Amino acid sequence: MIRLRLLWRKSLNAIMLSLTGVAAFAVVSVLFLILGYLLLHGGKSLSWDFFTKLPKPVGESGGGMANAILGSLKLLLLAAVMGLPVGLLAGVYLAEFGGKTFSFVIRYTTDLLNGVPSIVIGIFAYSLVVLPVKHFSTLAGGVALAMMVIPITVRSTEEFLRAVPGSLREGAMALGASKWKTIATVILPAASGGIMTGMLLALARVAGETAPLLFTAFSNRFWSPGWGQPAASLPVMIYTYAIAPYDDWHRQAWAAGLVLLMLVLLANLGCRLALNRRGSARSA
Amino acid sequence: MASATHGKNLTSSFAPHVRMTDPSTTASEKEAPVRFQISKLDFFYGPKQAIFGVNLKIPANRVTALIGPSGCGKSTFLRTLNRMNEIIRNTRVEGEILLDGQDILQMDVVGLRRRVGMVFQRPNPFPKSIYENVAYGLRINGYKGRLDDLVEHSLRRAALWEEVKDYLKKSAFALSGGQQQRLCIARALAVDPEVLLLDEPCSALDPVTTAKIEELMFQLKDSCTLAIVTHNMQQAARASDFTAFMLDGKLIEHSETSKLFTTPTDPRTEAYITGRFG
Repeated sequence: MIRLRLLWRKSLNAIMLSLTGVAAFAVVSVLFLILGYLLLHGGKSLSWDFFTKLPKPVGESGGGMANAILGSLKLLLLAAVMGLPVGLLAGVYLAEFGGKTFSFVIRYTTDLLNGVPSIVIGIFAYSLVVLPVKHFSTLAGGVALAMMVIPITVRSTEEFLRAVPGSLREGAMALGASKWKTIATVILPAASGGIMTGMLLALARVAGETAPLLFTAFSNRFWSPGWGQPAASLPVMIYTYAIAPYDDWHRQAWAAGLVLLMLVLLANLGCRLALNRRGSARSA
Repeated sequence: MASATHGKNLTSSFAPHVRMTDPSTTASEKEAPVRFQISKLDFFYGPKQAIFGVNLKIPANRVTALIGPSGCGKSTFLRTLNRMNEIIRNTRVEGEILLDGQDILQMDVVGLRRRVGMVFQRPNPFPKSIYENVAYGLRINGYKGRLDDLVEHSLRRAALWEEVKDYLKKSAFALSGGQQQRLCIARALAVDPEVLLLDEPCSALDPVTTAKIEELMFQLKDSCTLAIVTHNMQQAARASDFTAFMLDGKLIEHSETSKLFTTPTDPRTEAYITGRFG
């Protein structure tokens, strides 16, 4: 009887261990499957031209997506400039200043904003920026992406600030630092690594957004000088090229997907390396 | 204005301290001026009263120890002296706390905390270099002089200079716990406070390091007034000139350390120091 129980316990242990292991393996393999698939299909069409040339007119093969790569970078820059400071400051407010009720309202609203479908954000940015001037623009796309960056930044900033031990706050205030000085000179630097990672994840998340750009930045087969004209972006290009009936365009869509994923991975890696180096320089 | 007085304090701290404490004279023989005079102090966390009508004088250039069981209000009491409790929402102080005759509740809190420094239970160095930790208080107070000299002076006063002088740019986290605590003392000393409050500064440290801190307190008496909260009665007996015993938010007994530990007047004090409770 006892032996049976022991056997049951041991097998239950083995079953649960393998279940969690399989799930963990599935998570990792999804990323590698996507990466492998993209490499397989997009790697072939990836050439120097892809990064330097404009798209060719319909019917001609070859050409590249230089305008879409630059367009995506410009959109991300706008989203970062408009979204990150607002998200950061709101996160500081929530973690350091907010009272009970008001903080609850902000936090709840932020979570709701985070859950708003990206296409709805696109429509909102459309009516806010596109309709008044009556044409699509990089600016409108940047506004849409910034609206998605804000809630993610707010919550990650708040979490990392809350994780800073209260003893640091007391230490600074006991030396006569005001609350704002304490936050600016001790709390924010202590949490800076996490906050920056959170910001980068927010940007990586919106880098692949297509829906909010469809009727804000729209698309463009040529360069888009300045901020006031329709601009191509990698996700929208992938969408356009993938649903087109040409084999060459399909290959280019795969290549664009690969480039987009690589950009996000590289930015992530670069940020982590920079943070690590700074961290080790501090503790060396 | 504030920075002017600050500068004066800093120069005065460089003057050699001629007032030496003769070990043969006890505290009572040399009557020290009163630095802190606390009268009828009540303290409330929301509706809950934590301190009841405490009257206490903290003499200048002496070490005053606060002892008592956990939750007796000794830390809360210490934290009212530099108004650190104001960080906690919904707290209230009643009564009078005079620092050199001035009511601290009417003072600018930044100026008060510069005059009354604090060292906490757990070492809490900032995630910065050793140098920047010590310079922090000077920087935020807008000190525009030569930081290097003051950093060295403060580290020397905290008996840490010899151990860290070649590693000033390294992270404070690379130091051991005892070194971190002395760094926190140096950080507090950098702004040249008149009073140093120590909230169980040795409870996270080993005995050897504890001895170092006690030795340090003895040296600091020349230039500073010290008030220390401690759980360790031997520490209070060894390192302090005066001892105050608190119980349930009330001050039970306060006298010279030698007297309190040998001939306590209150039976509760005797019960506590002989280890019958607490």
